[in-house]
Amino acid sequence: MPTMLEVSGLGHTYKTKDGVHNAIGDVSFTVNAGELVCVVGPSGCGKSTLLRTISGLITPTVGEVLLHGDPVRGVPADLAVVFQDYSRSLFPWLSVQRNVEFPLRTRVSARAERRERAREALEWVGLSAAGGKYPWQLSGGMQQRVAIARALASRPSLLLMDEPFASVDAQTRFELEDLLLRVRAEHDSTVLLVTHDIDESVYLGDRVLVLSKSPGSITTDLDVNLPDERDQITTRASSEFVELRSEVARLLHGGEPATRPSPSVPDTAANDRFLAAERAETHSTSDT
Amino acid sequence: MRPVTRGLVGLAVFLLIWEVVGRSGITERRFLPPPSDVLGSLGEILVDGKFQSDVVATVLALVVSVAIAVLIAVPLGLLLGSFPVARHATRAVVEFLRPIPSVAFIPLAVVMLGVGPETKITLAVYAAVWPILFNTIYALDEVEDLHLETARAFGYSRVRTILSISLPSAVPFVLTGVRLASSIGLVVLISTEMIAGGRLGIGTFINVAREGAGRMDLLLAATVVAGAIGYLVNAAFDVAQRRWVSWSSLTRSAS
Ligand SMILES: Nc1ncnc2c1ncn2[C@@H]1O[C@H](COP(=O)(O)OP(=O)(O)O)[C@@H](O)[C@H]1O
Ligand SMILES: [Mg+2]
Repeated sequence: MPTMLEVSGLGHTYKTKDGVHNAIGDVSFTVNAGELVCVVGPSGCGKSTLLRTISGLITPTVGEVLLHGDPVRGVPADLAVVFQDYSRSLFPWLSVQRNVEFPLRTRVSARAERRERAREALEWVGLSAAGGKYPWQLSGGMQQRVAIARALASRPSLLLMDEPFASVDAQTRFELEDLLLRVRAEHDSTVLLVTHDIDESVYLGDRVLVLSKSPGSITTDLDVNLPDERDQITTRASSEFVELRSEVARLLHGGEPATRPSPSVPDTAANDRFLAAERAETHSTSDT
Repeated sequence: MRPVTRGLVGLAVFLLIWEVVGRSGITERRFLPPPSDVLGSLGEILVDGKFQSDVVATVLALVVSVAIAVLIAVPLGLLLGSFPVARHATRAVVEFLRPIPSVAFIPLAVVMLGVGPETKITLAVYAAVWPILFNTIYALDEVEDLHLETARAFGYSRVRTILSISLPSAVPFVLTGVRLASSIGLVVLISTEMIAGGRLGIGTFINVAREGAGRMDLLLAATVVAGAIGYLVNAAFDVAQRRWVSWSSLTRSAS
């Protein structure tokens, strides 16, 4: 498989009023075309910063990002980002259809083609009927589907997703996860998704990259050897899944990568503790 | 009680007190005619062709003034709001001019422009520019960062982002500014008409009623008309805001 994205020695330091803040340390990895790679790490470890540097929204302090082998300077045209906060990322003064057309306005000059491609993207996410509505008339899950359609409409070669399902309820999250798996299978998309949710990273990913605590750096690159066809009930109950999530949880807690492919005794207690701590943190940040 | 009912009751009580005081003889009826007298005069002037052209003149001047003010203040606000350098460079001038009431410029304007409609329009534009300008600048500070970032992530240039994100985001605030500007503009127009004279206008009519005839009833009736115009303009903007930028209040109250 050809390499789509190559990140080498990436680091970013924010300059703030009270000094400097090292958000990501030293990150290197590659993403091949057609892969769905999840980056998992605790809140504040620099996941958003990582995506923002890869998307060219901010220039990294050190290191390099190559997309199709070309260095990323500024925002590349064939890349799209889905942000966590759908309610703030959609434009309330534009209809759903117009929101999805938005990225095409700079790239597709024919109005009719823009409309057609937006309509198509809405169909992919099962929102054909909602084109005339406004974002604020839709539920949270539907809004995030609009954001996904908007990202897909420009047919990016790389889709970046920043905790895309973190702000919806559990039931909707499962639906959206399956929607993402279906869409990427249908379109052979290459996706880099960051999340703090261990289960989500394992459920969605072909590979899981584990980020250490701030300043983040990748401690492990884990292959997810689950079947391509995944199911919220059976996959999550399978012993392979349980072992993988325990391994990821262990690694997040600073454990050494297992020498054997999977540990024999799953450390579910550590995983649950981690998840509980994560939830507490996400809630306190989203409340502010 | 619904707000409308409450408002009407308040108005009725006010008119009743005025009527009683007006008829009681505490004040001279010629100087403070009761509402019933004013109502009669109101009916009289509303069918008077001269007064009708005065009203048309003032309302037209208001429309022209506010339109010019929008054309000046919105682009200027976008410029000052989007480029901090421009804002810092103009801050001293803006802070100096802003507190000066535009009626203070009436003598200067009369000397420079005469007493034609351009004088009152110039002054009304001057007064109307500020609320629109400041609301536009304020609106740009309030533009959702994630919207700007989304535009950038989709390859929008700086100028294109201003036009397709900042401008529509600013519309609700700009409308509020235009609403304030219209009220202020009306006050400035009528004041200028009263002070500088001129051929047509509600202010001119009030002036004539006071100085020439000493007809307080006509003066008060014309004042009621001016108040009604202000009220209607405000109500029209209320409807416009509710219809066109309902997304703004909805998204804001939801967050
Ligand atoms: N614009 C910024 N300026 C200064 N510090 C920042 C900025 N953005 C993020 N940070 C800090 O960098 C660290 C990593 O942030 P972020 O990348 O958002 O983490 P995550 O997405 O994993 O929660 C945090 O400690 C955060 O406070
Ligand atoms: Mg984040």
